[in-house]
Amino acid sequence: MFQHDRLNNEITLFQKIKNLDYILLISVILLSIISVFVMYSTDGGEILFHTKNHLVKLAVFFPLMIIVAFFNIKFWHNFSYIIYLLVIVLLIYVSFFGIKASGSQRWMDVYFFVLQPSELMKIAIIMCLAKYYHRLKIENVNSFTSITIVLAVILIPTIFVISQPDLGTSILIALSGLIILWLGGVKIKYFIYSFITFLISLPFVISFLKPYQKLRILTFLDPDRDPLGAGYQIIQSKIAIGSGGLDGKGFLKGTQSYLDFLPEKHTDFIFTLFSEEFGFIGSVGLLILYSIIIFRIIRIGSISRSNFARLFCFGYAFAIFIYIVVNLSMVLGLLPIVGSPLPIMSYGGSSMLATMIGFGVVLSAKINHKQMIA
Amino acid sequence: MIKSNSGIRKTDVINRRMFIIGAAKAVVFVGIIARLFSLQINENTKYLTLSDKNRIREWKLPPTRGNIVDYFGNVIAGNLKVYQLHIIPEQVENFNYLLVRLKNLLNLSDKKIAKINKLKAELKPWDSIIVSENLSWSQFVKINNYLYDLVGVKPVMTISRNYPFKDIYTHVLGYVSQPNEKEILDSQIIQERFVPGMKIGKVGLEKRLENYLIGTNAIQRYEVNAYGKRINQLEHQKGEQGSKIRLTVDTEIQKACGELLNEKAGSISVMDIYTGDIIAMYSSPSYDPNLFLFGISQDEWQLIRNNPLKPLINKTLSGLYSPGSTIKPIVALSALENNVIDTKFKVKCTGKMELYGQTFHCWKEKGHGWVSLRNAMKQSCDTYFYEVARLLGVDRLNITAEKFGLGKKVLGEYFDNEKKGLFPNTKWKKNNLGRGWVLGETLITGIGQGYIQSTPLQLCIMTAQIANGGYAIKPKIIVNSNPISYEDAKQSMESGLLFDSNSDALLDKKLFKNKKNIKIVQEAMFASTNERFGTSYKSRIDDPKYQFAGKTGTAQVKRISKRERELDLELEQIPYKDRDHALYVAYGPYINPRYALSIIVEHGGSGSKAAAPIAKKLFKLIIDRHELRNKQSNFERITI
Repeated sequence: MFQHDRLNNEITLFQKIKNLDYILLISVILLSIISVFVMYSTDGGEILFHTKNHLVKLAVFFPLMIIVAFFNIKFWHNFSYIIYLLVIVLLIYVSFFGIKASGSQRWMDVYFFVLQPSELMKIAIIMCLAKYYHRLKIENVNSFTSITIVLAVILIPTIFVISQPDLGTSILIALSGLIILWLGGVKIKYFIYSFITFLISLPFVISFLKPYQKLRILTFLDPDRDPLGAGYQIIQSKIAIGSGGLDGKGFLKGTQSYLDFLPEKHTDFIFTLFSEEFGFIGSVGLLILYSIIIFRIIRIGSISRSNFARLFCFGYAFAIFIYIVVNLSMVLGLLPIVGSPLPIMSYGGSSMLATMIGFGVVLSAKINHKQMIA
Repeated sequence: MIKSNSGIRKTDVINRRMFIIGAAKAVVFVGIIARLFSLQINENTKYLTLSDKNRIREWKLPPTRGNIVDYFGNVIAGNLKVYQLHIIPEQVENFNYLLVRLKNLLNLSDKKIAKINKLKAELKPWDSIIVSENLSWSQFVKINNYLYDLVGVKPVMTISRNYPFKDIYTHVLGYVSQPNEKEILDSQIIQERFVPGMKIGKVGLEKRLENYLIGTNAIQRYEVNAYGKRINQLEHQKGEQGSKIRLTVDTEIQKACGELLNEKAGSISVMDIYTGDIIAMYSSPSYDPNLFLFGISQDEWQLIRNNPLKPLINKTLSGLYSPGSTIKPIVALSALENNVIDTKFKVKCTGKMELYGQTFHCWKEKGHGWVSLRNAMKQSCDTYFYEVARLLGVDRLNITAEKFGLGKKVLGEYFDNEKKGLFPNTKWKKNNLGRGWVLGETLITGIGQGYIQSTPLQLCIMTAQIANGGYAIKPKIIVNSNPISYEDAKQSMESGLLFDSNSDALLDKKLFKNKKNIKIVQEAMFASTNERFGTSYKSRIDDPKYQFAGKTGTAQVKRISKRERELDLELEQIPYKDRDHALYVAYGPYINPRYALSIIVEHGGSGSKAAAPIAKKLFKLIIDRHELRNKQSNFERITI
């Protein structure tokens, strides 16, 4: 108990800086640098709109990550529910007053940039559920009430995001929530039952999908069905990656990209461009960098005293993993095109904001890893 | 402590479940790496090809046609650099201003301007518009001088077909022009190599030899973006020029033929009597094939089309004429071969002959008196040949005539406009006209009138095969892979064997039963040209080096009425359309003959006045060229 009291004392700024996880930090910096170069390549070897904006966002959000890290993990624990509710409010706001673009309504203008609240929900749901399971007694994990509450917490934002419509992000939110459910100790058989139920209900789910979403799934099953239409993205992406070969075509030499064959190269297909220019070696290198980040987050989780920090880190590590897997599987033609960015690499403010906040909380957990939360 | 205990238990659960997830993550990452490996390493070649297919577009350029040269290697159908003017719309700053400038510089018509505007609307902005296909040098220089002011204009040098001897070879070579849809679809080769602006052979040898002449496309590779816009030029693959074709013709003689038939309608053919080489083949009047290269103007086309002398018809191959008296050597030969007559056989000519109440006139009203074969041939006595034909019968005559080349195509495989002509017999009339043969028809067939129709080239080969001693020759106009020299051909003939240059086989092609009979006919033809009272005596050459033997012919275009016969009008007094065709066949030199020719002057009057003098002028040149031709032994091997 004595120990606890001592640790409850405030840590000095110097100690905080000292306690930052430098492997994670360096990996994130490295990833940021790579992302700037790749963005420079999508602009055709010039510093144009995308590169400039990406740099500005990095310059704003990276310090933000450090600021988040300097708040005590207890602070984040205390505000988790409020943050979750705040994002729910934002989701409700955009569903009424959001900016419409290319057929969906998921953005809001916050003066200096356009915010996509569904991206923030990816982090908020992890925080919220981490806190819930942190506080929940182990005996009650499989109780009807707790499971109902948790499912409601997951379903509410998911339904809002689906109705925007944004299938990709909603799946990612749901998966981020479910992983906490899993880590929290919900019985494995429940997962199996619900998975079977999901499979059975899949045809009904599909009937609720928008035509363009159905088309994406059909196209995924057979990209050559309509090579100039819906299958175009998958085919061109595979051509770009495949033609990269072992060591790639070289920086700024990706023909698929600079001759405009590659769609959405700044955002969802950024890996395609990277892989075309840097080849198999570069791609595996990037995956290793991501793996280091994920591993570091898990490691921070496992040294954390509090289960909130532990759950958050494990959950967030899984979330990052799932973002990468969904994005890569999509560009590699293993999954239908659902529209999900690659963390840090893809152009897009909200995604980067959410990712950086996530890293910030993880770093805060590291700084305060001995912190107990009652 | 319960709480703390629960906390520890919870931590255990979280850690255990994290481990399961961690293992799953590793498996998934390995799966993704495996996928990357399969795409980037295993299927790299496939995707590299696809990527190149995306970014590289090939532009075919028109192939360069092969040259056609004469026997001496002079180019008679070649290629010329032409200067063109292209506009690339996307580079143009002010299109209307540019058009006004070009209109002033090149004197473009309003119609042309409208056409350019239409093209601009149809084409992609980076596709070039061809403003002018064939700029003159001065226009080209002008454009280059003002280029600073003509943004988006590109002066281009390209290659176009060119016929340096203009109208001289038109009927032999034909011409090239833009292919139509059917021509593209019909030929696999044209389909493969077609590019806008390409020209193909439309008639003549240009058409027949299209597959050899066409050449292969040069290919330019460009890098393009996803919208098809050219970004970079990558490489240039040179095309191969079409095969060079060497003809047997002699441009000097061909030119002389053109001059001799100037402003006349008619034809001259000259042939090597041993090798079958066609030395000259000219149909008059002709037209300039260069006019068709860039689209002939309506006025020029109408001028050619409406010319009463019919320049579009290749008279040498498609013109059908009654041979008139030029058939007489064959009638005589046939009668001799069938032992119907001998050299002593005589007929009394009174100027006409009565048969079943019908009168058959000799051209000489007063008659020739008693005439033998030699005299009858010399003076072209019609009565004699009426009688010989009567005795011989048309069917036996037909056999000999067809053997010597009448009634069948001479160069059939090369020219699709060549006509077969007709040498009638009783069976033909029964089958085609449904009536029986009448004896009177035999009589007029004997003087080359009636149903009989022949092309000038048939008369030429007929004469050649008499001149060479009665051996079959295979006429040709292209020097092929196995050219035979004149000496070899002559030797092989005289040894009784003919060397067929096409099949490498030695063939027996004797056309006669008794060689003596050929000699008799040759001598009679000699007399006709070189002895007093001979019909072409005035056109003789006494120098044995050039001395030739021949036979005149005058083919009636319409039946001469009794009144006209009495009037005996001068040529100028008869309307052009009703004047007789003048014909002449000849071979020379008489000792050691080498060449045969046939001349026809449409509506020229009598053969002796209008056709034979042309032979006199031509023979000197033909014989003079012989030495040169013999020296031209460096046969180029061209596989056709």
